[in-house]
Amino acid sequence: MSETRVTAGDISDELMAKSVWSDQDIDAHGIPRWTIPFCSVGGGLGSFTMVDTLRVAGVPTDQMLVLSDIDVPSETYEHLANNSQIPRHERLRSDSGSVLDCIWGWPGYAMREGWAKKAPYRWFQVATEPILAEYFTPQAGQVYESVGREAARINWHSMLHKGVVRTVRKRAGGDYFVLFTPEPGSHPTKRIAVQAKFVHIAVGYPGVKMLGDLQKYRTTYNDYQRVINAYEPHLHAYEEMLRRPTTVVVRGSGIVASRVLQRMIDDRDKNGAQTKIIHLFRNYPDGWQGDKITFRRPAKRGWAYQAFNYPKSAWGGQLRDTLLKLEGDERSAFIDLTGGTNTAPRKDWQEQLERGLREGFYTQTRGTVADVVPAENGRGTVTTVKTSDGHELTLDADFIIDATGLEANIEEHRVLNDLLEHGGAGKNPKGRLDVERHFEVRGTGSGAGRLYASGSITLGGYYAGVDSFLGLQYAALQIHDALADHGFCKKIGPMRSASQWWKWARNKQI
Amino acid sequence: MTPTLNGRIQSRIALILLVGVPVTLILGLILPRPTDATTLGDMYEVFFTALAIVLVVGIVWEFIYHALQQLRWEKDWPTLFGLITGIPEGIVAYILLDQGVFRDLGDIPLSTFLQMFIIVWIVIWLVANGPFQIFFIRWRYRGGRFV
Repeated sequence: MSETRVTAGDISDELMAKSVWSDQDIDAHGIPRWTIPFCSVGGGLGSFTMVDTLRVAGVPTDQMLVLSDIDVPSETYEHLANNSQIPRHERLRSDSGSVLDCIWGWPGYAMREGWAKKAPYRWFQVATEPILAEYFTPQAGQVYESVGREAARINWHSMLHKGVVRTVRKRAGGDYFVLFTPEPGSHPTKRIAVQAKFVHIAVGYPGVKMLGDLQKYRTTYNDYQRVINAYEPHLHAYEEMLRRPTTVVVRGSGIVASRVLQRMIDDRDKNGAQTKIIHLFRNYPDGWQGDKITFRRPAKRGWAYQAFNYPKSAWGGQLRDTLLKLEGDERSAFIDLTGGTNTAPRKDWQEQLERGLREGFYTQTRGTVADVVPAENGRGTVTTVKTSDGHELTLDADFIIDATGLEANIEEHRVLNDLLEHGGAGKNPKGRLDVERHFEVRGTGSGAGRLYASGSITLGGYYAGVDSFLGLQYAALQIHDALADHGFCKKIGPMRSASQWWKWARNKQI
Repeated sequence: MTPTLNGRIQSRIALILLVGVPVTLILGLILPRPTDATTLGDMYEVFFTALAIVLVVGIVWEFIYHALQQLRWEKDWPTLFGLITGIPEGIVAYILLDQGVFRDLGDIPLSTFLQMFIIVWIVIWLVANGPFQIFFIRWRYRGGRFV
């Protein structure tokens, strides 16, 4: 039997082995117990929309705690957006009405931008999209700034507690313990246990995931410079492209691939780069995807096109209703059909790619990758591709950019893995956290306590657009409604909604 | 917008009652009357009959719009469509009104009808595309349904 050392204010193996913790367990370890009705874990945009909704519903700041390792809610998002080549002045792929700082969705980003920049075209654009104008999408900076303003208005920082959440466990007799490690030096003990009746988990992506062959290359050759994930910092690659002619292989055909291609072609057009781009497709849609006139998506030259990552009605119309009724694999398949890999049909992107194909600096190749190895001269990579007609070809490139997306297993996140092992949580058909229609994590109820989750970790549930601004707001509203049913807050009705909007519009502190 | 068929019908009823009726009440007071003999009662009789036509016949229109929406991958109804559908709806409403299909109100000057119809239509369109959500935060997620 191994000896368990109990340090004051820290966990022990013995404690971690127990799925349900009692107050005495915590006290015996010298860990202070805090009590709060509601605790949100994450502190990013998911926690922000949740807490914002509850503040609007009238929940005071002393009833809620946000545990996070970031200072402002948009921090992680901005980091990922910057890496994927969307700095503050560039536009996101998001609807004007998906206004993160405003649960009412009005006025939208387009109206505000038109007003602030004296640009009435933006009003015309949002009123006529996508018929006479392309979809309006907000600049990243506008989103961050407005989130910052709203965070200040709802007194976000008074609810925020900096630290790293270690685990969420059921408490004997009901509720949960959220065990977290505060910033070093900020507390006398290493850990603090927050006892909460309602816990909300919004921890975002567990991490970036590389394509298998690229991950193998990286670990085999310890080369993280030439094989790049588009969500990781990779400015060095663009800098090298400006210094000398380079060849780049791009993998993936979603929105991030579009953005990375734009960056490279912009550098060719404006800064004299002589980059050659080889775009490698595993699937190559061309023409309609789907054979029903009422259910088909346009695709052209390898790209599937739709304005947002799902059809618009998936957020609040016919397709949302359809998905609400589906279960299991059928639900998963429907999410794939309406989502999957796709990008936005922006004219400037299409012009660049058509010009690239014509002039030869952008080429397309179809096939599956057999192998990736370093070049013999040590200055690049060689990708061996098996084409669909059975041929084998090699692609020499200075860089390979994996733009296939941010997909990692939820087990890679310590808190989520712990919920699977000890909290009663399960996985949905997509391998993410299994949640109810109102985003309660199935199987995790603890007496009167309830545990909810929102964001990308719930993809595969009854709502497709969970990983989007509007999806976060939708989840927040659903959870708010459920919390109101449990007596935690009042349900926001038309009158409260309107009076709170009026406060919001005047930026009045609540 | 991303309406469902049920949501379309419910939204039409709600918008006409909550927005169309008050706007029409104001318009009856301020719009020029066609003749000196026209009373406020005459104005309201015509205007509210027109509004009732937009409400009742509109339910038929919603079925047509819903069918057309099925041809769109996004299953959405772009903002602009909400505005320009006012043209066919206005024409049909005027014909029904002028022909006295529901109620015989005699000759109705086109200009009087147009002033009322266009203003009511645009105000409803504007309210539906934003300010409505100030009161009804769940409306946009439910495809326009209230219940």
